[in-house]
Amino acid sequence: MKKKILSMVLCISMTAAALAGCGNSGGNQPASNNNAGDTKEESNAAEDQKEETSSENESGEGKVLNIYGWNEEFQGLFEKYAKDLVPDDVEVKWVITPSKDNAYQNKLDETLLNQENAAADDKIDLFLIEADYASKYVDSEYTLDIKADIGLTDEDLAGQYQYTQDIVTSEDGKLKATSWQATPGLFAYRRSIAKEVLGTDDPAEVQAALADWDKFDAVAEQASAKGYKMLSGYDDSYRTFSNNVSGPWVDADNKIVVDENIMKWVDQTKDYTDKGYNNKTILWDDGWQADQGPKGNVFGFFYSTWGINFTLLGNSLETAVDDGGKEEVGNGIYGDYAVCQGPQSYYWGGSWLCAAAGTDNAELVKNIMQRMTCDKETMLQITKDTQDYTNNEEAMNELAASDYASDFLGGQNHIALFAEAAPKIDMSNTSPYDQGLNEDFQTAFHDYFDGNVDKETALKNFYKAAVEKYPELTYDE
Amino acid sequence: MAASTNKKKSKVVRYNKWGYIFLIPFFLVYFVFQLIPLISTFYNSLFENYMSGLTQIGPRFVGLENFKSLFQNGDLLKYTGNTIIMWLIGFIPQIIISLLLAAWFTDLRLRLKAQGLFKTVIYMPNLIMAAAFSMLIFTLFSDNGPINSIMINLGLIDKPFRYLSNVWGARGLVGLMNFMMWFGNTTILLMAGMMGIDVGLFEAAQVDGAKPFDIFTKITLPLLKPILLYVLITSMIGGLQMFDVPQVLTAGDGRPDRAAMTLIMYLNKHLYSKNYGMAGALSVILFVITAVLSVFVYRSMVDRTKE
Repeated sequence: MKKKILSMVLCISMTAAALAGCGNSGGNQPASNNNAGDTKEESNAAEDQKEETSSENESGEGKVLNIYGWNEEFQGLFEKYAKDLVPDDVEVKWVITPSKDNAYQNKLDETLLNQENAAADDKIDLFLIEADYASKYVDSEYTLDIKADIGLTDEDLAGQYQYTQDIVTSEDGKLKATSWQATPGLFAYRRSIAKEVLGTDDPAEVQAALADWDKFDAVAEQASAKGYKMLSGYDDSYRTFSNNVSGPWVDADNKIVVDENIMKWVDQTKDYTDKGYNNKTILWDDGWQADQGPKGNVFGFFYSTWGINFTLLGNSLETAVDDGGKEEVGNGIYGDYAVCQGPQSYYWGGSWLCAAAGTDNAELVKNIMQRMTCDKETMLQITKDTQDYTNNEEAMNELAASDYASDFLGGQNHIALFAEAAPKIDMSNTSPYDQGLNEDFQTAFHDYFDGNVDKETALKNFYKAAVEKYPELTYDE
Repeated sequence: MAASTNKKKSKVVRYNKWGYIFLIPFFLVYFVFQLIPLISTFYNSLFENYMSGLTQIGPRFVGLENFKSLFQNGDLLKYTGNTIIMWLIGFIPQIIISLLLAAWFTDLRLRLKAQGLFKTVIYMPNLIMAAAFSMLIFTLFSDNGPINSIMINLGLIDKPFRYLSNVWGARGLVGLMNFMMWFGNTTILLMAGMMGIDVGLFEAAQVDGAKPFDIFTKITLPLLKPILLYVLITSMIGGLQMFDVPQVLTAGDGRPDRAAMTLIMYLNKHLYSKNYGMAGALSVILFVITAVLSVFVYRSMVDRTKE
């Protein structure tokens, strides 16, 4: 009898537990169709609190500032130049997702789509976007008009390069984002190798030797004869071709168009690979980064503004800063690089700040945008400190005309070259699909360069990967 | 009298009840986490439903359109082929080594020492997370990795061999990893099968003067057939679902030339772009293939118990 009671108790508790667990989640699910029931409850609780005790700070804004990005570049600048704007009782939360394979965009989309239901402290306030997919967010209702909604004035924005505003202006004419940098691209070469190959390391003379693609190819041959590689890998010159296309990746009927100029990149890179003018590396991989360091044997790299101070400088050091190294001549090949315009003008990258619709920190977002992207003094300081090229035409022209010199580039005033290249940037051929398609195109053609497939198969593989990523696109068989 | 039979009867009924009550948690879990998703997969496969940027396209009923386009573009066959090839590269050495090891471990005349240690060591690779294991192999076999520098230092090759840029290099590495991860598990299964064979049979054969190789082929193998079949089919089902190893090794692209792209990686591509219709259709196809294989397993198991 005792056993029977015991087993009954066990059974009841077991089923009760099972059903209870089920009942809870079942009960909450219909209330909020995403992110489980708890968040909804939390947000309700938060709202209740607001009415009574107020979880807001003095200025009436949210207590958490959520910033989404794909690397720590902006985080570093923010900590240094805009930290003081944040009130003491507001916490800044960074959510960093790498951009490869659209991972950052997917993360961002998921959070933005859930913005309405998210608790006040979980809502995105500020997020970063790249040129490659800017229009996707600019033309959506998830970003705020930074003039009408956020409150920046035409006067604030007057100093910026026009193209940095054109690309983030929505179809109905609203300015949706703002950037602290302009990103004209240059060709960064090793002075020591140039001296050996061309007999000079003077930027003007090197530029004359690299002025167009035929000359560039000729120098590649000379460098190869001396045992050097012209470029590190397959993707190095990609942007110089893909930025000079005659139309966007995708036409009005959602059909993928491979531009002739991009096929020129394919032919050139195949030629370089077969002749041994490169080290067969892939953008951002270990070999590619090592090629930029003291042990590298590569003539030069196509890099835009951020790449020189953010990537190339770090890679050039023998002892990394994290390991106690200093950014000075004598550490690795610091000082051995110089820049020239290269065979074709282009741009690469660039980050814009967007204010997310539904932010509860609009005032703070405005202050950050104003400080980081409109304030001439701050931007001048950023360029002086980091050698990055900032988005203020007047300040940059001042620097270009001054005796400003970069130690890293052997005393060269690279700002002068950037200032010359920046007004030429044309972003009229961008599409929302650029990042995914650029990535897939490069990946598909690595097989062709490696000699695994012929050109047609590589192109076919690109189309396959593209429609897997973007089911709405079509292509010519 | 009447009362006692009544009591007895109710006792029987109550026992049945307990049985069903104890089964409730399983059925609940099965229903919520298996059956409902399974049915909704079938349902989803009939719709056009994906995200274009931040806009939802569909869901729009398209009938069997998703299946049609899957079969039409021919990729499905290619990826099935890739999956089977990579499974075979791993499975063939795996079954040979496992048979050999199992025969040694169970051979009473060999009296191998430290058997426990060996059994533990060969099972170890299976305990490592597949993704971590792939990362390790990726680093070891990278263009500037240790394997290449060892081979160059030994004078075997004069420039790095680019394993992951070569179709058979990439497939071979996937096969190698699957082999290393699963041969311990197979060995233990086969040992269990071999230990179930009557020792008297071996002794009788030895008395008759049979050589070890004859004993292995004429006694062990035939009696091991049901277990071998079980190992084969479970491994095949596992192989069809191959994902993490090639996914991490090839960074999700199945490079080179999509030759290391498995069916599940293809499914993952669709899911990643939130293309639920296409992913649903692909899942249904995989479900059918796996279901057919499972029927074989079930048959082989049932036949064994009959014997």
